[in-house]
Order: sequence, then structure tokens, then C-alpha cells
Amino acid sequence: MSALPELGGVWWRPLASESSLRRTGLLWTAVTAAHVLPFLAVAALLLGLKPLLAPVAMIAVLHAWAIPELYAARGAKVLREPRRRTRAGTPERTAIGLLGDLLNDGPRTLLARTGLVLEQGHLGVWVVGQAGAVLVRPGGHRVHCYCVKATDGELPAGDRIAHLLLALRADEAGFVTVANLAFSGARWRLRRRLREAERDALAEAAKVARARHRNATANAPASATL
Amino acid sequence: MSRLIRMDQTGHTTLAEWRADDPVAAAAAAAAFRAELERGYYAVVADGHAHAEHVRELPLEAPVVILRRPIAGGS
Repeated sequence: MSALPELGGVWWRPLASESSLRRTGLLWTAVTAAHVLPFLAVAALLLGLKPLLAPVAMIAVLHAWAIPELYAARGAKVLREPRRRTRAGTPERTAIGLLGDLLNDGPRTLLARTGLVLEQGHLGVWVVGQAGAVLVRPGGHRVHCYCVKATDGELPAGDRIAHLLLALRADEAGFVTVANLAFSGARWRLRRRLREAERDALAEAAKVARARHRNATANAPASATL
Repeated sequence: MSRLIRMDQTGHTTLAEWRADDPVAAAAAAAAFRAELERGYYAVVADGHAHAEHVRELPLEAPVVILRRPIAGGS
């Protein structure tokens, strides 16, 4: 595997790994809980002290609900198509043709349906878009949303995805290290903030992540006895 | 026939085509390759449908070498 050349630009970041992803996930959950639980505690306290304060308690509950939703909305943006930069025409068709050549039949069909690419990595299953990628972790429950893009803003959409796909294939850990984490959390929370085609791609990735996890779990005891 | 292609605003541009047994075409391709690297492009060889590798020298046996722009984390 060749290291991503862009790693030199983020030399201060430790290289991502399976364990660093687990830590990041736990940290995000802890931070989200730290934001949400005080609001819920305030709501419970207000109701306990004086039921008449129910409307105020409701406002606190709404805050508790809104904070993770805002995080998830930020995560969803990594799959959103940057409208002003997408142009139909020959360059777009040429770029999509090149991207299609890089894909197997299954991901190629998904690309035609959703405009997104599904890629299987060592760290999980990826959904790659023009402005970032979502990593569905083994089992399909947790997602990490990464904001990362080609530095040339004038590229056609297909090329923008191809840039990310090639970098991801060359060095998955480096790709995660270079990218900026926009959200980490439950897949269902992200799903609610996605558009239909994006949901379709995410569901497909989750299906693959679940199947891979089942296979890995089924094979684990056998290999442990060897 | 191997190809050196650059992803750009046109979709992609074929910069050079060569065969390993054609030293003149291979040298022209290598020169074009070096010029693009100096312009800040990175070169990738896509190996099948699951793996890619960055290269600093033109691999003459590779069927396609793709030049890409750097990527960076966004906000």
C-alpha cells in the first residue's frame, strides 16, 4: 500500500487506525451525551419542582433533541451534491465514464441510481460522494462522516468522486487522517437527514457492512481454534 | 497500449499513449508524466477494482496511469 502524499500536509495528525476510529466514536458519543443530558436533567428537575413549568421543560427537551440532529445534519452534508459546481455535458459524461471504469458492476449500478459510489475497505464500507465520504463501520450501526474533496473546484462531479475513490483505495488510513470528521454516530440518526438517493446508498452500504460482520463473526471461532 | 490520463475540467485528457516496446513513445510519456508531477498532480495506478497505488515514476507496464489533484479535508 502506498502512503497518501497529502499526509505531509497534516503531519500533526496521528495516522488513523481501527482503534483510533473506535476511540473517536466513543468520544463523539460522550460529547453528545454531555451536551444532551444536562438539558434532560433540567427538564426533569423543572417538572419535579413545579409541573406548571412544563413548557419550559419542553424547551429544554427540544434543545436535547436538536443538538444531535444538528450534528447529524452536518454529517449528511458530506454526501450532498454541490449544486453550483455540477454541470451536465461532455466533461461530465467523460468523467462518469472514467469513474465507471474504476468500478465493478454492483457499485456501477448504484452510481447510476444514486450518484454515489460504494467501496469496501478494511475499516468498513464507504459511501463516496463529491464532497466527502461516509464510513459505515462493521455491523452497520455506526457511521463516520468525513468532509474531504479534490482541491480543484472546477472538476466535473465524476472526477471529484474518482479523486476520493483513488485516494481511498491507495491508502484508507491516510484518507481518514487527511479528511475532517463531520459527524460520528448512529446510522439511523444520519439516515433521517439524507435525501432519498443518499439513503439508498447508505442502506446498501449498511447491508454489506452487516453481511461482512456476520461472516467475520461466524469465522472467528473457527480461526481461533487453529 | 498504455495511457497516461489527467483528470481535469474536460472530464479527462489523454496526455500520452505508449507501448513498453516503443522507447520513443515511452520516453515522451515519461516526460509528460514528470511535467504533470511538477505541476502538482499525483499519479495513481488503479490495480483492478479495489486497489490503487501512488507512483513517482511512470510504470511502463501499467495499462492506465491516472493523474489527480491533491485532496484536502473540508469544513
